[in-house]
Amino acid sequence: MHGPDIQWYVILAGLLFSIGALGVMLRRNPLIILLSVEIMLNSANLLLIAFSRLHGREDGQIFAISVMAVAASEVVVGLGLIVAMGRRHVELDVDKLRTLRG
Amino acid sequence: MADFLVWVVWFVAAFACLASALAVVSFSNPFYSALSLIGNLASLAVLFLLLSGEFVAAGQLLVYGGAVMVMFLFVIAYLGDRTGESPWSGGPSWQIVGAVLAGGAILAEVCVVVGMQAGGFLTKPQHITRAFGSPEAIGRLFLTDHLIAFEVTSIVLLVAAVGGVVLGSHARKIEGDART
Repeated sequence: MHGPDIQWYVILAGLLFSIGALGVMLRRNPLIILLSVEIMLNSANLLLIAFSRLHGREDGQIFAISVMAVAASEVVVGLGLIVAMGRRHVELDVDKLRTLRG
Repeated sequence: MADFLVWVVWFVAAFACLASALAVVSFSNPFYSALSLIGNLASLAVLFLLLSGEFVAAGQLLVYGGAVMVMFLFVIAYLGDRTGESPWSGGPSWQIVGAVLAGGAILAEVCVVVGMQAGGFLTKPQHITRAFGSPEAIGRLFLTDHLIAFEVTSIVLLVAAVGGVVLGSHARKIEGDART
């Protein structure tokens, strides 16, 4: 394996996951929250592929492809919800959505 | 020499990855955020190539960088800029403190695990053949060892498509009611 060891990939994935988690927790625009979730999913994908390379088996890559399919479905449903919000002329701010809140 | 080149490419890709991720989180306009996420996905695809995951890198660019991001940009353009969110000013301050603490905790856990070398599992990469990560190998695994995952993935995509259609038609009905 040329280049960096697995530790570098683990630290990079940890940084990416933390940035995505910060975006989910701090931002209030649902579109940007969805984008931050994509960052978190992709950091997990990076770890899956790095460890599949480390162990010399492709099962991690299979898992990463399944994660990509799940992420695509999540984007479809999330964007559908956001478009429904937009058609009802609701302001796109997750702190102001109180209908489902107890 | 090859090792040095790989290191250079790795550092460029990792820097682009982190910078574009920070840009996604900090832009106030979602359009720019989506554009920088495309950069993030492309630099991650470079890292996947370095890890000899050719098929996953190609799928990343086609599925994420192509289809998903086009969907995002279409929705952002359709909705227009109507949030008025100023990203770093609003919200109670304890929320920001808690979020930064939680993010730092995740990062610290990762660093501790790496520092402890996870019991020696992180040190010796296996030798691989040239066919590792090729479409042929991935396809063979999908149709032999991971057939159930393959089929379940198709069902998940079908359910998501049905959900998208139902959400869209429901919103259209509400809009029609509001007009009449």
